[in-house]
Amino acid sequence: MSDDAILRIDNVTLRFGGLVANRDVTLDVTRGEILGLIGPNGAGKSTLFNLISGTYQPSAGRILFEGEDITRLPAPERCRRGIARTFQVPRSFDSMNVVENVIVGGLARHPGAAAARRAAIETLDFVGLKHRADAVAGELTPPEKRRLEVARALATGPRVLLLDEVLTGLTPSEARAGVELIRKVAERGVTVIMVEHVMEVVMPLVHRAVVLHLGRVLAQGLPTEVVRDEAVITAYLGERHRAA
Amino acid sequence: MTAQALAQVLASGLLMGLIYALIAVGLSLIFGLMDVVNFAHGEFLMLAMYATFGLVVLTHLDPIVLMPVVVALLFVLGGCAYLGVVRFAMRAKANQGMVQIFATFGLAILLQGAAQYAFGTDYRNVPGSWLGGRTLDAGGVFLPWPQIFGAVVSLAAFGGLHLLMSRTDFGRALEATREDQGAVALVGIDRNRVFALGWGLGAALVGLAGAVLAVFYYIHPQVGASFALIAYVTVALGGFGSVGGALVAGIVVGLVEAFTAVILPPAMKSVGVYALYLAVVFVRPQGLFGRL
Amino acid sequence: MTSTTLAAVPAASPEAGFAARRRRKLLVAAVVFAAIAALPYGITDVYLQNVLILTLMYAALSQSWNILGGYCGQISLGHALYFGIGAYATSVLFVNYGIVAWGGMLVGGVLSALVALALGWPCFRLAGHYFSIATIVIAEIGLLLVHNWDFVGGAMGIQWPFNPDSWWTLQFARDKVPYVHFALGLFAVVWFVTYLIEDSRWGYWWRAVKDDAQAAESLGVEVFRSKMAAAAVSAFFTAIGGGFYAAYVSYIDPESVMSFRFSLLFALPAVLGGIGTLWGALVGAAILIPLTEISRSYLGGTGSGIDLMLYGVLVMAIALARPEGILSLFRRTRSARNQEATP
Repeated sequence: MSDDAILRIDNVTLRFGGLVANRDVTLDVTRGEILGLIGPNGAGKSTLFNLISGTYQPSAGRILFEGEDITRLPAPERCRRGIARTFQVPRSFDSMNVVENVIVGGLARHPGAAAARRAAIETLDFVGLKHRADAVAGELTPPEKRRLEVARALATGPRVLLLDEVLTGLTPSEARAGVELIRKVAERGVTVIMVEHVMEVVMPLVHRAVVLHLGRVLAQGLPTEVVRDEAVITAYLGERHRAA
Repeated sequence: MTAQALAQVLASGLLMGLIYALIAVGLSLIFGLMDVVNFAHGEFLMLAMYATFGLVVLTHLDPIVLMPVVVALLFVLGGCAYLGVVRFAMRAKANQGMVQIFATFGLAILLQGAAQYAFGTDYRNVPGSWLGGRTLDAGGVFLPWPQIFGAVVSLAAFGGLHLLMSRTDFGRALEATREDQGAVALVGIDRNRVFALGWGLGAALVGLAGAVLAVFYYIHPQVGASFALIAYVTVALGGFGSVGGALVAGIVVGLVEAFTAVILPPAMKSVGVYALYLAVVFVRPQGLFGRL
Repeated sequence: MTSTTLAAVPAASPEAGFAARRRRKLLVAAVVFAAIAALPYGITDVYLQNVLILTLMYAALSQSWNILGGYCGQISLGHALYFGIGAYATSVLFVNYGIVAWGGMLVGGVLSALVALALGWPCFRLAGHYFSIATIVIAEIGLLLVHNWDFVGGAMGIQWPFNPDSWWTLQFARDKVPYVHFALGLFAVVWFVTYLIEDSRWGYWWRAVKDDAQAAESLGVEVFRSKMAAAAVSAFFTAIGGGFYAAYVSYIDPESVMSFRFSLLFALPAVLGGIGTLWGALVGAAILIPLTEISRSYLGGTGSGIDLMLYGVLVMAIALARPEGILSLFRRTRSARNQEATP
């Protein structure tokens, strides 16, 4: 295990009753990298996000962030320490407008509403949503909602950003813009972990890929290596190719 | 407390508990079906009592004979309440929980006003059932026949409901709808129809309870409110949506109430029930038999 | 006028535009409050003045409810408990100990806030309908306890002694205008507190909790603490309203301040006007309260039921037709205008 791991997932298992969503997952996330988390449906990608962000607590195992054990910390505390996330289905605060949505995130980093507002407007500018600052969140288009999710998470000033299928369902040009945004975020020194379905889009972007299958880590390594892995091809690609 | 007094409290509590279970089960059924709490449930009960009263005055028949008519009327009322109000409340895009609460509250106020308009605010009693006023002397334990009758009707209703849910197509449709609302459309069940029938069934059950209650309880436009609260507590205690839970919780509520009345002044008899309810949901938010 | 010049200046930055909008809201409020304050000099009829007082009082109470129900999304149907605590604390302190209503209201408010915190501890673990029903049950227990508590008058209630008109004792037997101004002042205070909260940490947190508690948590929002804070503020002002009501009617008993219909009456104006908004409670109360009072006097007689039917239909119609409240009608047109302006 490398010493510059910002996040360390150590033998984590999550059970729901008889169902095992994650089994003995061990994973190091290196500071500054863009890590792709891939795998077929039901592989346990989203539950792993929920474990890292504190929505669920593991049945066994530990999660370390910056060397400290955060396994039992509640979600808001993890956010303050620097872990932010988006949701697979965007969950904007629909009774608020766009900038207010981002202010909620900004308050995790800034003591007062005025400072949080300044940070929120900056963040909106950064993700290219400033022109929609006063729109009601419920009225955004789906790609705009995705950007809002990212802006809200970024406003919390994260060191690790978890992106759950932010590129899924976008048109090719929207997806390219999304990829650009993620690169920009990474250039700011934020470590990015992204769950994605669309391999074609993710592979050129990520530095490293981890393949989950049936709740376990099936393979990890450079994107080019992972796609050639026999087990991966049968478990994931094979299935997709058959379907296609 | 003598053994005889204890038996008296137990028996009265049990009888009343079975009637509470019958009052509550319709509420639980509707919630289980579609996640809606009907805040007009008490008013359904009140209207069933007035319907009994009105029919007795008109026909001079025994209220027991008229029970099926009351049940049928309430079935129609329940179906109409769904088709006319609740169906629209479920379409709300914003504040859905709030819309459901206040739409059914509005209905409750409307029904109270309608009863007040039609029958006035006098306290009424259903005249002359042959059960009325008779008591059974079971070795020194005195049990009023109307309550015994109500308890038996309640047990029969629960038995019938069980058969309906497990043996008929309609019961299976209800079950399918509550299990998975999305899948229902796929198997070709008309959700609206199932919901309307479900509301009819829930209202018919509380109609049965009203017809039973009218024989021995006073009738007033606001009589529903006090029973409604007991019904909410019963349903929450048993677990929303659980039919068996409503039966057990109803009995528990009846017994706790009977024992509280022994310890505290009669006006405070509900305090024990409320306190028990709070104690249970604070420890087990989903109630005794509920699923989260 | 200043507001038009403020509006005409194109905002240099989004922040400046926001600050200008905030200032404009204050200005509008000042104008509205001044106009209402002048009303009783035009309306000298005592009956209509009574309607005005009740309207303002329910607006203030509903705005207090709105803090927990509308902003934080926790639908309490038991606020009659806090109203009762305020009414009883004020009455007992005044009648038994000679402490004037000003002090009594404050004591009642603090007591209510503490009770809200104590009850919130278990209740806020319950979600949705489970929470609402628990609040009804708790308020009902409170009602039963007061009914059987002789120290506070039991079922008999508490009669206030008659004193000469004075702002010090908050008793006015002959001239009702001071009550209009007190009720207006109370609403203005709650309005201003809500206004301040809207652009504060709590304000953003509460709305986030209402819209999506799980997403809020992932953004650092302390959900449980948010609910507790909203409950305490909400209960505090509800109790002050209760103290005012006791002083106004000079006689309270358990049913007349703690029955369930009060809990409903506090929620309805805000729901009608628009939950989670600055003006929804006032707009809702201005429609609902005169309508109830007038239909009660002219249609109801002694309980014909027509007033109730009308009321019920109105509540249903609003819940179904305008789930976001009457104010949303205006917001819709405004946002449509904005969209036309920016192609």
